[in-house]
Parts: sequence; C-alpha cells; structure tokens
Amino acid sequence: MRGLNFDVAHLLAGSLVLVSFLQLYQDRLYALINVFAVHALVLALSVAWQAYVQDAPHLYVTAAIALGFKAIVIPIALHRIIVRLGIHREIEKVVGVGTAMLLGMGLVALSMVVMLRVTVEADPLAREDLAFALSVVLLGLLMMVTRRNAVSQVVGFMSLENGLVLAATGAKGMPLVVEISVAFSILIAFIVIGIFLFRIRERFDTVDVGALDSRRGERQ
Amino acid sequence: MTFDAATVVLIVPALAAALLAVLPGYRVSARLNMIAAFLTFVVALTLFVRRPPPGPYLHVDDLNNVFIVLTTFVGFTTSVFSASYIGHELEIGRLTPRFLRFYHAMYQVLMFAMNLALIANNIGVMWVAIEIATLTTVLMVGIYRTHEALEAAWKYFILGSVGIALALFGTILVYMAARPAVGEGLDAMVWTTLVERAKEFDPALLNVAFVFLLLGYGTKVGLAPLHAWLPDAHAEGPTPISAVLSGLLLNVALYALLRFKILLAANPHAVAPGPLMVTLGLISLVFAAFMLYRRRDIKRMFAYSSIEHMGIIAFAFGMGGPLANFAGLLHMTMHSLTKSAIFFAVGHIAQVKGTQQIAQMGGLTETNPVLGWGLVLGVVAIAGLPPLGIFMSEFLVVTSTFARAPWLALVLVAGILTGVAALFLRLNSIAFGEPRGAVAKAKASYVPMFTHLGLVLMAGIYMPPVVVTWFQNVAKLLG
Repeated sequence: MRGLNFDVAHLLAGSLVLVSFLQLYQDRLYALINVFAVHALVLALSVAWQAYVQDAPHLYVTAAIALGFKAIVIPIALHRIIVRLGIHREIEKVVGVGTAMLLGMGLVALSMVVMLRVTVEADPLAREDLAFALSVVLLGLLMMVTRRNAVSQVVGFMSLENGLVLAATGAKGMPLVVEISVAFSILIAFIVIGIFLFRIRERFDTVDVGALDSRRGERQ
Repeated sequence: MTFDAATVVLIVPALAAALLAVLPGYRVSARLNMIAAFLTFVVALTLFVRRPPPGPYLHVDDLNNVFIVLTTFVGFTTSVFSASYIGHELEIGRLTPRFLRFYHAMYQVLMFAMNLALIANNIGVMWVAIEIATLTTVLMVGIYRTHEALEAAWKYFILGSVGIALALFGTILVYMAARPAVGEGLDAMVWTTLVERAKEFDPALLNVAFVFLLLGYGTKVGLAPLHAWLPDAHAEGPTPISAVLSGLLLNVALYALLRFKILLAANPHAVAPGPLMVTLGLISLVFAAFMLYRRRDIKRMFAYSSIEHMGIIAFAFGMGGPLANFAGLLHMTMHSLTKSAIFFAVGHIAQVKGTQQIAQMGGLTETNPVLGWGLVLGVVAIAGLPPLGIFMSEFLVVTSTFARAPWLALVLVAGILTGVAALFLRLNSIAFGEPRGAVAKAKASYVPMFTHLGLVLMAGIYMPPVVVTWFQNVAKLLG
C-alpha cells in the first residue's frame, strides 16, 4: 500500500536526513543553530503527519514539543549563549567537508543495508522510517565526533535525539513516546543550562572541548 | 490504590528527596538521608517474604530481588559513610550548606531512579529510570565545581547521553520486533509478556536491537572501549558518589543488559548474546588491568579496578550456564560490597592526606592504623585472595571457564593476575613504609566499611544455604 500517506511520511523523513547532511558542513555556529532549527521543524512536521496517519492524537504533543521547544526555544537560547560567550563568529573545522560528507554517505548506506534487510516483515512505512531514523542517529553521532566545540556537540546530540523521536513515532502504537520525548527535552534543557550556568567557557576558558584533553592523561 | 512493598521502595526515596530539598541544616538532612535509606532497605527485605503480583509497570522476581536488596543495603551504608564524610567537606569549605541540601536530595533521587530501573516491568520505564540516574550522577560528579570536576561531569554527560540514546534505539527496535506478535500498545513493552512470547519475534530485528542495547547500556556499565567517562567521574565527584557509582549504578546498567540477554536467549533463532558479552568483558578486564599500573590518583586507580571487575562479571554472564551465572552473581555482589568499602576507606584517607595523589600517601598503617588496615583488607579482598568472598567467585568463574573454553580462561587468568600485581604494587607504597604526606586524625565512622568487609569475609568462609539456593535459582533464570 503506497498511497499519499506513505509518500508524505517518506518525504519528511528523507528531508530530515537531508537536513542532517546540511548540518555536517556548517562551519559557523550561528548557521549551524539555524539549520538545527530547520531540523527540528521538519521533525515536528513528520511527527504530526504520523499522528494524523496513525490517528494517534497523543503524538501531536510530541510534535508540539519538537516545534516549540526544539525549533524555537532552544535555538534562541543557544543564539543568546554563543553571543554572550563571544563565539558566534568562530569557525571550526576538524574534518574537511568532503571527508565528512563521504563518511556521512557511508553511514546512511550502512543504515539502509542494516535496517532494510532486517525489517522485511514490518510494514513499509515503519520500515523506511526506521532506516531513515538510524541514518539521522548515525549522522548525529558523526557530528559529535567530528566537532570540538561544546555547543556544536550539543547540536549533534540534539539531532541524534531527533532521529530517535522519528524512530519512536514511526513504531506504530508505541507507548510512552510522549513521556520519552519529555524526558529527552529535560535532558537537553539540562545540557543547555549546563553550558550556560556552569559557564563552561569561564571554567575552561574556552568552549573548545579540545581543552578538556587535560583529563586524558593524568594530572601530575 | 494499594501500597505494596514494591511501590513503597519507590515512594520512600521520592518523598525523602522532596523533603531533603527544602530542609535546611546538614545534620538533620544527613540523618534523614540515613533514615530514609534504612527504611527503603527494610522494605526491600520484606520483598523476600511477600511479593506483589507483576503489573504492567512494576514487578519483582528472583533476579531483581537480589539487585534491589543489594542496592538498598549499599545505599544505606553509603548514607552512613556520607554523613561523616560530608561533615568534613563542609568544615574545610569544599561544599557549602546550599550545595549540601542539593546533594542529599539528589542522593535520594538517585536511589529512587535505581530502584525504579530494577523494579520496572516495562522496558520504556526502565530506560527513563536509567536516564534519571545518569542525570543525577552527572550533577553530583560536578558538585565541587572545580575545573576537573566540571570536565569530568561534561565528559560523563556526553558519553552517558550517547549511550542512553543508543539504548533507546535498541528499546524501540525491541518494541518493533514484539509488535507483530504481541500487538500494539503497552503490552509490547511489558517485560514479562515479552519473555513469554519471545519465540515469535523476528530474530533479525532482535539481533540488531541487542547490538544497540549492548553498546548503549554497555557504556553505562563501563565496558571498554566505552569506559572513558568512568575514571574521571569516579575521581572528581564526592567519594560517597564514587562508592554508589561503582557499587550500584554499574550493576543497574548490567541488570538492564541481563534482562535483554534473557529475552534474546528465549528466542531460538536470535544470535547468541553470550559471545558478544564475553568479548567485551575480556577486553575490559585486560585493558583495565594494564591501565592500573600507571595510576597516580587513588580514586582513579580503584575506578579502573571497577572496570576490570565489571569485565569479569560481564564475562561470567556471557559464558552462561548455571555455574558461570552463579559465579557472576556472586562476584557482582562481592564486588559491590568490597568496592564500596574500599571507597569508604579511600574517602577518609584522601581527607586525612588532603590529596588523592598516591605519591603523597605512605605508611598509613602506622599513622592511621584502622584506616590503613581497613584499606589493606579491602585491597586483599578485591584482589581475590582467599578466604574472602571474591576469591570464591573468581575461582568459580575461572574453573567453570577452564572446563568449557580453556583458551579464554588463560586470558582471564592473565588479566586477573596482572591487575592483582598492580594493586599490590600501589598498596605497598600507600599502606606500608615511611609515613608520607599530611598526618592527621581521621574523624571517620568505620562501621560501614567493616560491615561490608565482614560480609565479604563471611561469604568467603561460609555461605548460608538459603543464599546459595537463591543464587542457584537466579542463575537458572539467567539461562
């Protein structure tokens, strides 16, 4: 059964992967946060569509959280934080654009191969959703690995988490989805407050996580 | 709504946390913390006698009963230790009364979260509980707000969050696998239902799910190569938290893994989860054993020793079978008791010496005999020398492995011996020889430490038949 329902869900989930790729090569924090807002917006649309298709009104709550919290509140808060910390112009690059893109494509291919092969029995909608969700998760991980800046690692983590929400809403009738998305929002709020309140910059003198390397060996 | 023991185990810490958050004055809150932890322990004990029937959210069986009693017991003794430890921290001004209030409230939230994770019958609830436990420990690790503490908390936070996220993906996949057989909705996440119907699940999906769960919860267990957060978090947080982290939280994460291992074992077509756990366990053991040699910080050293022992435990459960499972359970219990006792001693030693650097400690058995000999006893126990409890469990792990996979046993023994040598090398300079570093009287309560060590000694000499039968039952349950 491949009607409009399937096509729209497919389009939205696919766009989420696309926006993940856009995030990979943003080298300015300001732009990165904007792209993340788009990421959250696409997620909200996708979740809302799932709520409509599955006739599951509680998923609208998850969509609303994604829209209000992740697409609006968090980006605004992060914008203010980076301006306050004076790092909004900073350019960071650990791995080149080309390498990051190639790695990203490899990960997407991997998740397609893994997920599509093991979910032959599942219904096509959930199946493709899951494959896309795993791609988004892996791309988020890749971003966390390739970035050195605490703020962009957090953005990477949030896009990873968007992938999880996509997977959870794609699994038809899964209980506790709303609770889990609330729990994750709390987690993210903690991280963002953590960056700000604990003044990672003040303590570390920089938000560059490379400066955390002192713990890698031992203190003398 | 009826209040059975399973609910009370959750309600007591939750109420205590709320009360401690508003209560000023550290003496009162330290006491209340102890009382609440003790009450929880007593209620947990009643679970042995009378057990509520499994519901969609909570259930108690032979397996988690052991974990709950162990958790609440160590939680109680640690709260006793914490009362004397925290008093000193307040005196030297490392903590302010405001932070202390926060600390006590968080301690009870952590107890709540760990009990919930253990008692949950729903894999979603279990995940949420482990997330809460992670968050509270992150906050506690960073509580000193020094440069190092914040670094450690941040590292723990990021790695822990990634682990938690992967575990959630695994949980979703388990739901996807269960849905065709069990049907949509809550039932497909209820553990007791899942295990009953596991035969009908899609094995391929279960396999992928287990990989994610292993990586996710494995990060929380501290299995190498996912262990990077563990030494930092142990070294920089307050010592009672190091004791709870090592003694309890690692167990809780391992418990989550065991639950899913049982699930996979119930499906004849799914991949055998054992070899994966054996591999990760052995890597952790050997890696941590070598890392022990170059530690200069005493708490870090024992953190690596925790990785080593979690490796042994994961290895034992991975081997499976009644004997290895029995050994794994016993080792886990003994490790929890011994390692928290060691951290009790280390906490006071670091306070006496004013530093955690091993180079600035020496001759403890001369300057602080009780503390020094307590540490010696603890290290002898953790090293697995007879007649203490860990000797028994390690002996069982090794012999059961020799019978089935001699080559693996060789690696296992080599790893254990390497670790033991490193520990004694360091112990020698800390406990014996010329006294070094600051000399002061320790204002400590030795009761928790010697209670734990006494129990470990008793287990090594005489295990009550009731306990043995109980552990044998659980070992059978684990497959």
